[in-house]
Amino acid sequence: MAGAKNHDYHILPPDIWPFFGAFSALTMAFGGVMWLHPDVFGSFGPMVFAIGVATVALTFYAWWANVVKEAHAGDHTPVVQLHLRYGMILFIASEVMFFVGWFWAWFDYSLFPQPIDFADGIATNMIGQEGAAALVQWPPKGIEVLNAFELPLLNTLILLCSGTTVTWAHHSLIHGNRKGLITGLWLTIILGAVFSGIQAYEYSIAPFPFAGLNYSSAFYMATGFHGFHVLVGTIFLIVCLARAYKGHFTPKQHFGFEAAAWYWHFVDVVWLFLFIVVYVWGGWGAPVH
Amino acid sequence: MTTIAADGQILDDHAHDADHKPAFFQRWFMSTNHKDIGTLYLIFAIIAGIIGGAISGMMRMELAEPGIQYLTGWVGAGASMDEALHLWNVLITAHGLIMVFFMVMPAMIGGFGNWFVPLMIGAPDMAFPRMNNISFWLLVPAFLLLLGSAFVPGGTGNGAGTGWTVYAPLATTGSVGPAVDMAILSLHLAGASSILGAINFITTILNMRAPGMTLHKMPLFVWSVLVTAFLLLLALPVLAAAITMLLTDRNFGTTFFDAAGGGDPVLYQHLFWFFGHPEVYIMILPGFGMISHIISTFSRKPIFGYLGMAYAMVAIGVVGFVVWAHHMFTTGMSVNVKMYFTAATMVIAVPTGIKIFSWIATMWGGSMTFKTPMVWALGFIFMFTVGGVTGVVLANGGIDDNLHDTYYVVAHFHYVLSLGAVFSIFAGFYYWFPKMSGRHYSELLGQLHFWTFFIGVNILFFPMHFLGNQSMPRRYPDYPEQFAYWNEIASLGYVVMAVGVLIFFVNIAWAMVAGRKAEANYWGEGATTLEWTLSSPPPFHQFETLPQIK
Repeated sequence: MAGAKNHDYHILPPDIWPFFGAFSALTMAFGGVMWLHPDVFGSFGPMVFAIGVATVALTFYAWWANVVKEAHAGDHTPVVQLHLRYGMILFIASEVMFFVGWFWAWFDYSLFPQPIDFADGIATNMIGQEGAAALVQWPPKGIEVLNAFELPLLNTLILLCSGTTVTWAHHSLIHGNRKGLITGLWLTIILGAVFSGIQAYEYSIAPFPFAGLNYSSAFYMATGFHGFHVLVGTIFLIVCLARAYKGHFTPKQHFGFEAAAWYWHFVDVVWLFLFIVVYVWGGWGAPVH
Repeated sequence: MTTIAADGQILDDHAHDADHKPAFFQRWFMSTNHKDIGTLYLIFAIIAGIIGGAISGMMRMELAEPGIQYLTGWVGAGASMDEALHLWNVLITAHGLIMVFFMVMPAMIGGFGNWFVPLMIGAPDMAFPRMNNISFWLLVPAFLLLLGSAFVPGGTGNGAGTGWTVYAPLATTGSVGPAVDMAILSLHLAGASSILGAINFITTILNMRAPGMTLHKMPLFVWSVLVTAFLLLLALPVLAAAITMLLTDRNFGTTFFDAAGGGDPVLYQHLFWFFGHPEVYIMILPGFGMISHIISTFSRKPIFGYLGMAYAMVAIGVVGFVVWAHHMFTTGMSVNVKMYFTAATMVIAVPTGIKIFSWIATMWGGSMTFKTPMVWALGFIFMFTVGGVTGVVLANGGIDDNLHDTYYVVAHFHYVLSLGAVFSIFAGFYYWFPKMSGRHYSELLGQLHFWTFFIGVNILFFPMHFLGNQSMPRRYPDYPEQFAYWNEIASLGYVVMAVGVLIFFVNIAWAMVAGRKAEANYWGEGATTLEWTLSSPPPFHQFETLPQIK
C-alpha cells in the first residue's frame, strides 16, 4: 500500500502563491523605497508600489480562496482545524508583541519626560537650559490633548458594543440561525466602520501635528496601527459576511468566522489599553482641546 | 495501490505515491514538502554564508596591518577617505546581518528544523506546508533588498553603514538615502518569514507528535526548536515596531528617537535588545539540540539528565527575555539597574552550565567514537564554553564599562556564534548529510575540515581577547601600531579557516559524485530517534501510517 495516506493531516499539492506572494512583497517594499527616494530611483515609485500592493492583495485573496475550497473539500479534519486555531492564536500573540513596542515608546516618553516647549507647531528641547526643570512634564508643555471622554469614550463604547454583536453572530451560528448570524455580522461591520470614521474625523481635528514631537509621533503611530488593524478586522468580517450569505458556515465547522471574531476581540482589547494609557492617563492634566 | 497491466508493466494509479516527486519547477518553486523546503533553506544558508564569509575576508584583509590598505580601492577610482570609511561600516553591517538573518537562522531553524522536526516527531509534514514555503521565499526578497542596498546611497557613500543593530541617530539623520530604508524593509520581510515559521513549528510540535510521544518523550532537538520558535514569535514583532519607528523617523518626520522632539535614542536600544538578546539564543538553542543528539549517538548512551536538558533550554528562553540591557551598560543607566541586569545575566549561566555538564556526563563511561559529527560537537562544547566564560565576564556591569565596544566583545560573541553556532551547524550537517542526500561524505575530508577550521578560527578569534584587553575598539578599519601584531595573526587565522571551508565544499562535491550510498541508520545503535527508522534519503512523504511510540 505504498502511498496510502492513513492519517488526518493535510498534505498539500505544490502551490505557486507563496513564491508569487514573496516577490509581490518585494515589489511593494522596493516600490515604497523608490517612492520615498525619487532623486535616486526616478518617478516610477508610486506605480511600482501600487503594483506591489495589488499583487500582495491578490495573493491574500487567492491563497485564502484556496483554503476555503479545501475546507469544502473536507481537507480540514478536526486535527487540521486544531492547527488553524493554534496558528491564529500564535499570530495574535505576535501581534500583541508588536503593540508592546508602541506602548513601550509611549511609556518611555511619559514616565521619563524631556523638558519640551511646544509652541507654534515647533518643539524645542530645553534640556540643560534655564527653566528646563519646570518643563519636565507629560504631556509636553504647549500640547492640547483630545478630550478622552468625548469621541474616544464613544469609540470605546462602539468597540465594546461590536464585541457583543460579534458574539451574537457567533451564538446564532452555533444554533443554526443564519439570519441572526448575518444580522450580527452586519451590525459588527457597521460599528467597525463607524469607529474608523470617528477615528479619521478625530485625526482631522486633532490639535497637534503628526511630525516633530514625541507625543504626537507615539500617539498617531500607536492609534494608527490600531486603526489599521481595525480595517483588517473589518475586511475579515466582511469576508465572513459574504461567506455567511453563501452558507459556508455550519454550526459544527466555522473556523473562518471564529478567527475573525478572535481577531476582532484582540483589536478591541488593544483599544481598551490605548484608551486607558494614551487618552486618559497619557493626557491627564493637560489642557483639553 | 499498484496494479499490474496486461503486458506486465506496473502501473501506478495513485497520484500521491510516497515517492512521487513533482516536476522541477513545481518541486523547487512551489514546494509544500518540508524536506524540499529544508533543502532550499540549507542551500540558501550556504550561499549567504559564502557572501557573509567573503565580506569578513575583506575585513580581515583591511585589518591585517595598520593604515587603510584596500577600502579606497574597493570604493573605486577617485574615492574620498570618507567614502572608504563608510564602506567599512557597510561591510561590518552586511556581515552581521547576513550571518545572523541569512546564514545561521535559515540553516538551523529553516534547514535542520524543517528537515528533522517532522521526522523526529513521526509526522508526515509540517502543520502548514504552504505557509512553510512562503517562510522560505520571503527570505530571498529580504536578502535581495539587503544586497541591493549596497549599491544605492546611504549617507557618506553607497550602502547601509549602521551596524547590524541599526542604532539611531546614525540610522536616521546620520544615513540619508535609500540604502538604510532598504535594509530596514529587508529586516521586515525576514522578520515576517521567521514569525510565520515560528507559528508553523509551534503548531507542528504541539499537535503532530506521533501517538504516544508525550512532550517528555520528545527528542531534545525538537524541544530546542520549540523554545526557539517561541522566542522568535515574541521577540521579532518588537523589532518590527522598532524599525518601523526608524522608518517613520527617517521619512515622515516623527521624533521617536530624536531628542529635539522629545524622543529618546536609548529607547531604540531598549527595543532592539529586547529583540536582540532573545535573538542570540535563537541562534544557539537549535545548536544545543543538535549537539545533544550527536553526543548521545557517539557515546552510545541516552543523554544524561534528559528532562533537565529540556527545561534548561526553557529556562534559557524565559530568562533570555529579561537580560537585554546588559548590551547597554554604557548608556548611562543607574547602578541599581546595572546590578539587576548583571545578576539576571549571571543567572543564565546556571541552565547553560546544566547543559555543558550534562553533555560531559553523557560522554562519561560511554562507548565513544570520534567520527566527524562528534569532533565538531566536541569542538562546539569547548569553544562555546570559552565564549560562555567571557560572557560571564562581560555580564558584570562594572567590567563591561571597560570592555564595552572593544575586541573583547567581538571575541566573545564570535566564540559563541562563529565557533559555537557554526560548529553546531557543521556538526548537524555531517550528522545528517547522508540522511538528507543518501550519500556518505569522505570521513577523511570531514576530519580535515574540522581540524583546519578549528585551528583557523582559534587563531582568528583568540587574539581578539588580547586586543580587547588592550582596548582596541570595534568597528574601526584602522588602528595604532601597538595592535598590529595580533591583528596580523588574526588575519592569518582567517586564511586557515578559509582553507577549511574549501575542504568542506570539496567534501560535499566528492559525496555527490562518488559518495557511497547511505543505509537507513548509518550511525548504528546510538542513533535512536525516528529519522533513523527511515531510508536515506527518506521517501518524499514519510509516515503515511503514523508510528506508535511506546
